[in-house]
Amino acid sequence: MTEPVIRVVGLGKSYETAAGLFPALKGVDLEVRPGEFIAIMGPSGSGKSTFMNLLGCLDTPTSGDYFLAGQNVAHMDKDALAVLRNRTLGFVFQGFNLLPRMSLQDNVALPLVYSGADKETRRAAAREMLDKVGLGKYAESLPSRISGGQQQRVAIARALVNKPHLILADEPTGNLDSHTSEEIMTLFSELNREGITVVLVTHEPDIAAHARRQVRFLDGHIVSDHLTEAVPA
Amino acid sequence: MMLKAMLGEAWLAMGANRLRTALTMLGMVIGVGAVVIMMAIGQGAQYAVQQTISTMGSNLFIVLSGSFTASGVRSGSAGGPTLNVADGEAIAELEGVVNVAPTHQGRRQLVYGSQNWSANVVGTTPEYLEARAWTIASGAAFGDSDVRSATRVALIGKTTAQNLFGDEDPVGKTMRIQQNPFIVIGVLGSKGQNLDGNDQDDTVIIPLSTAQRKVFGTPFLGSVRMIMVQAESAESMQRTMDNVTSLLRQRHRLREGMPDDFFMRNLSAAAESEAETTRTMSILLGAIASISLLVGGIGIMNIMLVSVTERTREIGIRMAIGARQKDILTQFLLEAVMISFAGCLLGLVLGLGVALAINAFTGMVIVISGSAALVAFAVAATVGIFFGWYPARKAARLDPIEALRYQ
Repeated sequence: MTEPVIRVVGLGKSYETAAGLFPALKGVDLEVRPGEFIAIMGPSGSGKSTFMNLLGCLDTPTSGDYFLAGQNVAHMDKDALAVLRNRTLGFVFQGFNLLPRMSLQDNVALPLVYSGADKETRRAAAREMLDKVGLGKYAESLPSRISGGQQQRVAIARALVNKPHLILADEPTGNLDSHTSEEIMTLFSELNREGITVVLVTHEPDIAAHARRQVRFLDGHIVSDHLTEAVPA
Repeated sequence: MMLKAMLGEAWLAMGANRLRTALTMLGMVIGVGAVVIMMAIGQGAQYAVQQTISTMGSNLFIVLSGSFTASGVRSGSAGGPTLNVADGEAIAELEGVVNVAPTHQGRRQLVYGSQNWSANVVGTTPEYLEARAWTIASGAAFGDSDVRSATRVALIGKTTAQNLFGDEDPVGKTMRIQQNPFIVIGVLGSKGQNLDGNDQDDTVIIPLSTAQRKVFGTPFLGSVRMIMVQAESAESMQRTMDNVTSLLRQRHRLREGMPDDFFMRNLSAAAESEAETTRTMSILLGAIASISLLVGGIGIMNIMLVSVTERTREIGIRMAIGARQKDILTQFLLEAVMISFAGCLLGLVLGLGVALAINAFTGMVIVISGSAALVAFAVAATVGIFFGWYPARKAARLDPIEALRYQ
């Protein structure tokens, strides 16, 4: 057995609300092995987004442990988490989250700026990733000049630019039509075949069908965890 | 994150809202410009006063002979014959006294050829020239031997020379003061106006003994109306004056309780207070100008706070892809410093331009010092960091999830 990319043990997260402490996540255990393609499903309020934020090192749990590539990150400080977000994983958002004033190339290169790469390295890596998602010819354009599906491809290129082993995607097709969604999912499948571990959150069953394992959340617990039939590639 | 990439980003952010950046900068431009102009004017005024003071001679006071009363008529100061040359010699022995010059002066009519002119005639000793910081423009000064033998020689000021001799070289010429012929042996260097606006160059200086015998006359041999004393330093001034008072009381055999038979006046005090006034004015001008610099700084802080709020989502995105707190802090701080620096640079140019224009159009003396510019620059950088710090820290402390959710 290989070392899991993600191993969470008894992970819990509570929020302070006006009505008192609200437990969004109530002790979740999960292991993700390298090369897996997992869809996390569940209705809104089931705790899947909270779980995703914890996996993405954007937030810290109130209880339990989270081992990312063997490291326990549950008690790391903000800057250490920032370094993990920068190097170890790539995050893809529902709303693309590109910086509107920067060219696509600069957007893709931005994580490299924070990891201290020099200008030439940044340019070359950004070009390579844009070519990989098929948008190399738009490198100098601004995000507003391309379609939503293309913007999401750029966001994926940005997530890939520091060569992480893990891609986390929070409803990556939520803002896209079904045809474009299909293209994006195909891209994720291709990346997964190259060996990158993909964890995505969705509430659409046909999107989740692209994954090889489905984990279902309800009321802060995992209620089901099973492998799906292989999708024809 | 690398500084070069950050500078590029700060530049991009500044360019994203040009009008706003320009207006924010304008606050700094006006602030720095005002400081530069005010400092140039203030230092110019100080310089002008110092110039005047330096022509007067420094740390001077005069001892005047006391008044006398005849048939109920009081003569006023320097009316009575209570001071004499020996008093002057005794004062010269005191510690802390640099120069002592007994003088006797008054307006007299001068005649040369067909020209005549009224000027202030001063009979004194060579020490006077030193105490009053007179220079000799051409010819030579008279010496102690001239005073001893009461020679009829004269030094004349620029204005007197022009009015009496016109284009001729006065040195070696003979002019008359009250029918007595005097040989002009030198022309004094120019001093310009004193603080009262009197022309200091309209003067004739002759040996004391000659003045007393031929020009003014004395009630008693050796008596003088006035003794000019130069003290070592401004600090020793009061002490020296006190020493002179007790010395003269002793020499004049005045008992306890009897009033002084002489008067004393501090000539430098007026000049010092004038200098003090301009110094105060200069500081005041600078202080008022600094307030506009402060207002400019607050403008930067205001805009940076707005910018942080507007760009909350951008901050969230940057954090999500790996920006550390210090990366965000540096980015916003750099923006604030760049705005204040650019504003400062423009303000310096504006300030210098206006100061030079003031000089060109009004003739007001201005002094532009490198240190003033340096101070303005340092202040601008400090203002940028100080007022940029709070908004930048606010940005850096944002929670990435909250920031990403911000619409």
